[in-house]
Amino acid sequence: MSAPGISLEGQHSIGGLPLFDAELMIPAARWTCLLGRSGVGKSTILRLILGLETGGVFTGRIAATDGAALTGRITYMAQSDLLLPWLTVRENVCIGARLRGERVDVARASALLDRVGLGPHAGKRPPALSGGMRQRAALARTLFEDRPVVLLDEPFSALDAGTRADMQELAAALLQGRTVLLVTHDPAEAARLGHGIVVMSAQGMTAWPAPRSATPRPVSDAEALDCQTRLLDHLRHPRAAA
Amino acid sequence: MKLRDSLLALLVGLGLWQAIVVLTDAPHFILPSPARVAEAAYQSRVLIAQNAWVTAVEVFLGLVIGTALGVATAIQLALSRTAERLMLPILVFTQAVPVFALAPLLTLWFGYGMASKIVMAVLIIYFPVTSAFHDGLTRVDRGVRDLARTMDAGTWRFMRHVQIPSALPSLGSGLKLAAVYAPIGAVIGEWVGASRGLGYLMLLANGRAKIDLMFASLIVLACLTVMLHLLVGRLAARLTLYAQGRAAD
Repeated sequence: MSAPGISLEGQHSIGGLPLFDAELMIPAARWTCLLGRSGVGKSTILRLILGLETGGVFTGRIAATDGAALTGRITYMAQSDLLLPWLTVRENVCIGARLRGERVDVARASALLDRVGLGPHAGKRPPALSGGMRQRAALARTLFEDRPVVLLDEPFSALDAGTRADMQELAAALLQGRTVLLVTHDPAEAARLGHGIVVMSAQGMTAWPAPRSATPRPVSDAEALDCQTRLLDHLRHPRAAA
Repeated sequence: MKLRDSLLALLVGLGLWQAIVVLTDAPHFILPSPARVAEAAYQSRVLIAQNAWVTAVEVFLGLVIGTALGVATAIQLALSRTAERLMLPILVFTQAVPVFALAPLLTLWFGYGMASKIVMAVLIIYFPVTSAFHDGLTRVDRGVRDLARTMDAGTWRFMRHVQIPSALPSLGSGLKLAAVYAPIGAVIGEWVGASRGLGYLMLLANGRAKIDLMFASLIVLACLTVMLHLLVGRLAARLTLYAQGRAAD
């Protein structure tokens, strides 16, 4: 599985009114963090790449850098775990195969659940799990899809600080080698996880220098902390220079 | 509804009834006392049981067939936008025709036997079941829909694995309504033309001034309906627990 990069360029408008111009390059096999305030259109970018309904019209180009179609090569994980409550955790992990009518590889689902630390809970139903455990199950479901491009829409934002840090590290480890776009409003998350950081505001998209150390960066990493501080400053006072 | 509450309500009702009989001194062919009705029920127990069985079968078959048709229609409507556009207005329009008004016609078409009563029950519950289940099928969480799209889910597989299970609580609500309506449909059918059933027995008793027998039939009918309501209520609760992932394994 070689992960392609993705380029997106164009304009998104609703009812003829332009909402934003976008120019985004997501390098292959790297984590790109798309950071911005709520409501700025980050999730719309993600929906455009996924080919989902956005309520508007996009004119422009979204393409994989290897020239092949993106269809069938992307999976995504949302803020809400989207687990089906009537299925067991294991059945939830393989729901994609069921929905496509493929043979369900239960052994692989169990192995993935072991990797996210949910092995002993595979037979439980989602309401019996904590928020953090449910999000780990959602991560296992994302991995089960085994696609080279993974789009993450604030998947850790509803978790408490400790669980969030754990999840960030787990996701960074398990999604290594894939092209990841992480949409987030949290500068700390972007500074910890991003190989590249793009700040999105009403004015457009700005590439932001990410720390050069390996990800996931420790919570105490000086360079990441500095990056986080300056990102937060920039989000609050967009005119301040990078 | 708890069993204890139901029994308590029943006792209060019986007490009130007896009090009215004593206070108004009503003749027994206008308002028989509970004791008299109990006696009539005991004496005519075989007759009542035979007719109650007929009504119960009509209601049960009406419920099963009506639910099957309603579920199939709701799924079809949810699968096809065209079907939804064409059929939903027709469905709503048919609700403007009171089913009671159709009873003589149904008796003419399907005869005096069970068939016309079953059709009556089916017609009366078809809409609530269809409407409730269709609502549930189309109200699936948008995030889950999006996720399924990125997983290249087939339309029918999405229906089977996601939409139907998540709509089960709505189906339960529809079934609870159906359990109340189905006996009404069957009994109205029996009033219009029948040779068996509790509705028929009530008319017969009324015509012969056997008001105590009429009351006995009425009470048995009420008991049947309450039992059905309790049973379907349990089923609906199980469906909801299942869909919420809280059913006991």
